[in-house]
Amino acid sequence: MSLTPFELDALELSLRVGIASMLFSLPFGLAAAWLLARCRFPGKTLLDVVIHVPLVLPPVVVGYALLSLFGRRGVVGAWLFKTLGITLAFDWKGAALASAVMAFPLLVRAIRLSLEAVDRRLEAAALTLGAGRVRVFLTVTLPLIAPGLLAGAILAFARSIGEFGATISFVSNLPGLTQTLPLAFFSLIQQPGGEAAAMRLTVISVALSFAALLASELLSRRLAHRLGSAA
Amino acid sequence: MIEVDVQKRLGAFALAALFTAPSAGITALFGRSGAGKTTLVNALAGLIRPDGGRIAIDEEVLFSAAEKIDRPPERRRLGYVFQEGRLFPHYSVRGNLRYGMPRRKPRDPTLSFDAVVELLRLEPLLQRQPYHLSGGEKQRVAIGRALLADARLLLMDEPLASLDLAHRAEILPFIEQLRDHVRIPIVYVSHAMEEVVRLADTLVLMSEGRVAAVGTVEDLTSRLDLRPLTGRFEAGAVIRASVAGNDLVFGLTELSFPGGRLRVPHLGLPLGTPVRARIRARDVALALEQPQGLSILNVFAGRIAEIADDPGPMVDVRLDIGKPDRPVAVWARITRRSTHDLRLEIGKPIYALVKSVALDRQSFSPYAPLRAIEE
Repeated sequence: MSLTPFELDALELSLRVGIASMLFSLPFGLAAAWLLARCRFPGKTLLDVVIHVPLVLPPVVVGYALLSLFGRRGVVGAWLFKTLGITLAFDWKGAALASAVMAFPLLVRAIRLSLEAVDRRLEAAALTLGAGRVRVFLTVTLPLIAPGLLAGAILAFARSIGEFGATISFVSNLPGLTQTLPLAFFSLIQQPGGEAAAMRLTVISVALSFAALLASELLSRRLAHRLGSAA
Repeated sequence: MIEVDVQKRLGAFALAALFTAPSAGITALFGRSGAGKTTLVNALAGLIRPDGGRIAIDEEVLFSAAEKIDRPPERRRLGYVFQEGRLFPHYSVRGNLRYGMPRRKPRDPTLSFDAVVELLRLEPLLQRQPYHLSGGEKQRVAIGRALLADARLLLMDEPLASLDLAHRAEILPFIEQLRDHVRIPIVYVSHAMEEVVRLADTLVLMSEGRVAAVGTVEDLTSRLDLRPLTGRFEAGAVIRASVAGNDLVFGLTELSFPGGRLRVPHLGLPLGTPVRARIRARDVALALEQPQGLSILNVFAGRIAEIADDPGPMVDVRLDIGKPDRPVAVWARITRRSTHDLRLEIGKPIYALVKSVALDRQSFSPYAPLRAIEE
């Protein structure tokens, strides 16, 4: 089966948005997870709540909030456009931001859990072997949380592939620009006689999800093998 | 010199340890669990920050509250062998060994990668992942890793505690090698007196967060007032001797020490080898007259120096044997009844009988030539 230009556009856009939002949110997710797992500071509970808000708010509300903040006339959006010439609203980058915000709690949670599971005695051992804090993080902590990072990244990617509400209210449903797979699917079932095309998109979505899960399974097995535990 | 003065409060527990020990040979931190040994070693390593005090090794100050010095653990050059090994699961044995290796050549050429691999017989393990190693193998790798990190001193926190008896016996000779051949000073935490007697030169007795006594193993184990800390059941005396003869016909080794000659089962050591022997109090019997027609080979004349009058049916008696100007302490554990029947009192001449077969191989350790040179 060969894909129509319409389907190809949606698929390519979904992948682009998914990968970009995943890569973009990983460092922030790691930093937030580190703060929550390892640090004590006033306002920690507040940070925890703020990070988890997208999980409980209706996605369209999150999208609307993003539009207010990052739209051309929003506080951040105006500044971004003036200084960097970046427009997020009604653009695929905006879709990536919406996905990243929606997936952030899942990402942080996965990384935080793996950080909390790290045997800190191994980090202490590395210190006594002459490794500085940065080297300990890069050579001990990071490899040990790699499975958690991977799981978080896959979750973020999957969440982004499925993102609908925040995206449609922030960047609208523009074919070729912001119309990812779920948005294309939504347009098709709105039209009379679009069921067959919608069915084809369903198959594409299922194949994509399978591929992502399979890749994550294979990767995590290789990681587990490297860590020496029985997978 | 290892100079330690550490105060640290952890909840209800307070550590206030003060001692100095030579930075040569093995210094044992001995005490029951909860005595503060591990806390103290962690303070030495820089893994916990003391509330106050000063830590210096060979005049290099690692911590000083007064001078506001607190060198971070990665710059203390103290190799730490943890009780549970703590190998990095994501590195092979080779990767673990190389982890702390400095890029330049090691200060001590006997501590090159190849030399350490050879010393600890790690060659067959190099490609393996830690997950697949036995407990004893893990500890050997952990020792090698600490040595290779350009350590000036090794801290060992009960490195044998998580091992079964067979694996302990496998590791002990390696630690003796470090002491006798690599000559790296070691601070060794233990709550097992057999290990301390076999390995240590200096003994730091700890109790409830404080240092109760510091001295040579021989001196402290023969002191009655420290008996509650050194342990009553394992009570005994440690003597320093050297191999004076090997009787191959009967399979005996004769050891010479200032108190006389001690015949023991064959040790397989060359003449002149310094050894340390531990004579447990329960393996020594007493007689008022020189006994005749006796199977016991080791009979020493001496005088009663001390009688430990603990409550209970058993009494520990200390005898001084050998020349009066250089007496050697030996402990005997006998019944209170015998003390009474023999009318034992301080100063009374006495014969001590030591069964050769009671001295098993565990009671001996070939002793570091270090001391022999000094003396």
